[in-house]
Amino acid sequence: MSEPVHTLTTMPTERRPGCPFDPPPELADARRHSPISRFTFANGKPGWVVTGYDLVRSVLADTRFSSRKEFMRHHPTIDYGDIQVPPAPPGEFLLMDEPQHGRYRKPLVGKFTVRRMRQLAERVERITADRLDAMEQAGPPTDLVTAFAKPIPAIVICELLGVPYEDRDFFQDRIDTFLGGEVSDEVLTEAYTGVQAYLAELVAAKRANPTDDILSDLTDGDLTDEELKGMALILLTAGFDTTANMLALGTFALLENPAQLAALRADPGLVDGAVEELLRYLSVGAKFYRTALEDVELGGVTIGAGDPIVLSLSTANRDPEHFPEPDALDLRRRNGGHLAFSHGIHQCLGQQLARVELRVALPALFDRFPTLRLAVPADEVEVRPEAADIHGVKSLPVTWDV
Amino acid sequence: MRIGVDRSRCIGAGMCALTAPEVFDQDTGDGRVLTLDAAPEGAAAEAARRAVGLCPSGALSEVPPTRENRDRT
Repeated sequence: MSEPVHTLTTMPTERRPGCPFDPPPELADARRHSPISRFTFANGKPGWVVTGYDLVRSVLADTRFSSRKEFMRHHPTIDYGDIQVPPAPPGEFLLMDEPQHGRYRKPLVGKFTVRRMRQLAERVERITADRLDAMEQAGPPTDLVTAFAKPIPAIVICELLGVPYEDRDFFQDRIDTFLGGEVSDEVLTEAYTGVQAYLAELVAAKRANPTDDILSDLTDGDLTDEELKGMALILLTAGFDTTANMLALGTFALLENPAQLAALRADPGLVDGAVEELLRYLSVGAKFYRTALEDVELGGVTIGAGDPIVLSLSTANRDPEHFPEPDALDLRRRNGGHLAFSHGIHQCLGQQLARVELRVALPALFDRFPTLRLAVPADEVEVRPEAADIHGVKSLPVTWDV
Repeated sequence: MRIGVDRSRCIGAGMCALTAPEVFDQDTGDGRVLTLDAAPEGAAAEAARRAVGLCPSGALSEVPPTRENRDRT
């Protein structure tokens, strides 16, 4: 007789107050019961939540679990009824399976290699120094999100793609709107279509007058303007928001763990490992979704064809079976394999860029402002709701001695 | 150790070049894995094993040392 499968009754909508870095306790509890739990989605559809490291990793690597947008008809917390969802627009390869996904990813891969991204380090140092200069000139206190965390990755990805400097604020605003998880569907659609229209014009401009950037390079192949627009959207949103949240939340986490911060300051050689540990500990891409294409035996249960699945990367990255003392931020931690960039064919295309940005910007911030500290009590720092695709802080008020 | 590479599965995430730079690189054109040393030893072999374990797409494998298994990837 097998044990009854654990059931998660409610998907948490927020984190425990005072614990902005930890996954919601309900999901951590679910993982303590078993690495996979039954969960009924908001529209009544039975599905699953995978919370354990090994199972999350194996689902991400298994092509029997689809990323296709048209299957994502069930939301964990919002009842959209029995809606139909159209397939992902051309080029938006995050929500596609092979072979469509590969058509878009392949031409990009060579542009985000370890070597190419390392060559960007100097440029990232310059961009970072400019932001730090601006912070210093304006003086404390400041919101680290708007002064530092957002502009650095925004400038970098815009330069890589070839988005003109003067258009960056436009992007920032709209992308904040549709990734923030806090606006009505109407506002969200407006922001999304605004970006779409802009990118359509940008692609046409690059095709007419190619410049030295990724988007112009891509106009050389067999990709249509529609496809290029979709790819640019994915790159911009991924490039803007994830690293920005890692920078802000990473700073917050280091300020809240002064012994770890002191260790990093004392030994700059720690920075590569520190960045990996912050990626694991913070898991800003907290939840991913998949749909089973066929019946699959997994972790002692049978997942039915068509079942929706929530993959909780944040609890997988805190799984004590894989990471000893998982809830401690330990910059000297050696065992790798965190899932912060996902796993399988969708593993983050821009991860080497993100690493360079984090390795450069975080130490530079603490070097420039040795007395950097929160300007408000830690429990007053507002975090995004769990409905946001990417976890982060809304703002991070900081100050320093002058 | 001997490394097995299936470039057709490679998604160019760069985990191998990051983890075991003496053993793996990425093609400057298509970004996919290049093997610099198909039979690493010592510390390089350790790093290569980690890279095999981290490979997101299953493009890398450790080939068992017997001759008849060598083509199994």
